[in-house]
Amino acid sequence: MAALINVPSKAKRGEIIEIRTLTSHIMETGFRHTADGKLVPRNIITSFTCRYNGTEIFRADLFPAIAANPYLSFFAVAKESGKFEFEWIGDNGYSSTASASITVE
Amino acid sequence: MPTTRRQFLRLAGGVTVAGTIPIGTLRPLEATPAMLNTAIRNVVGEAQIHTGRVKLDIPPLVENGNTVPMTVSVASPMTADDHVKSIHVFNEKNPQPNIGNFYFGPSSGRAQVSTRIRLADTQKVVAIARLSDDTFWQIAADVVVTLAACTEEVN
Repeated sequence: MAALINVPSKAKRGEIIEIRTLTSHIMETGFRHTADGKLVPRNIITSFTCRYNGTEIFRADLFPAIAANPYLSFFAVAKESGKFEFEWIGDNGYSSTASASITVE
Repeated sequence: MPTTRRQFLRLAGGVTVAGTIPIGTLRPLEATPAMLNTAIRNVVGEAQIHTGRVKLDIPPLVENGNTVPMTVSVASPMTADDHVKSIHVFNEKNPQPNIGNFYFGPSSGRAQVSTRIRLADTQKVVAIARLSDDTFWQIAADVVVTLAACTEEVN
């Protein structure tokens, strides 16, 4: 699935950088009904993790109250050059990953 | 007073509608303040919750409850000894009381998260932060919603 990641490509050592992520997902709440009264089953992303060179720096548990196409923005200390890895896990075995590189000077 | 045909039909129609409500809708479609308290206690346990330190940025009036931008932050040095472990966001009247749990560490640099949430009704949003010394701090904000989310019909 498509994900939009915004990580600065360069940062100074020790700088606090903002990371913004957006992924496409319906986030079906499981509380909605069709016109003929059938309950639409829940289908959401339940967990998001961000790792920086293998170490977890931010994690989120998501619930049906998170809007469709979940957007998350958070911060990290730029310690060393390397890679941010992002992982979304959800209902029905949903799994999606993305990554972004950073150069720390 | 004799029942008119019109009154009779209205009554009969009402009974039919009530009689065909699917079982699925009989469960509560609103989290009650009691459910909110339970959800908070599941996270906090018996610990005391202080007021303050947490900042919750959310519009006081939203037209569309389907995407409400929200930013939660805590003023914290985010060092190994003094940082924010997690932020938990709850609501009062959505079908279920949780919105999100966000976990931080000293390498987060700043205890702040932004996302977009759904609100099913005009209600209170509560954010609770857990600090590294295991104290809890909370803030609440009231949001007026003119178009509800979560339970609308699927087209």
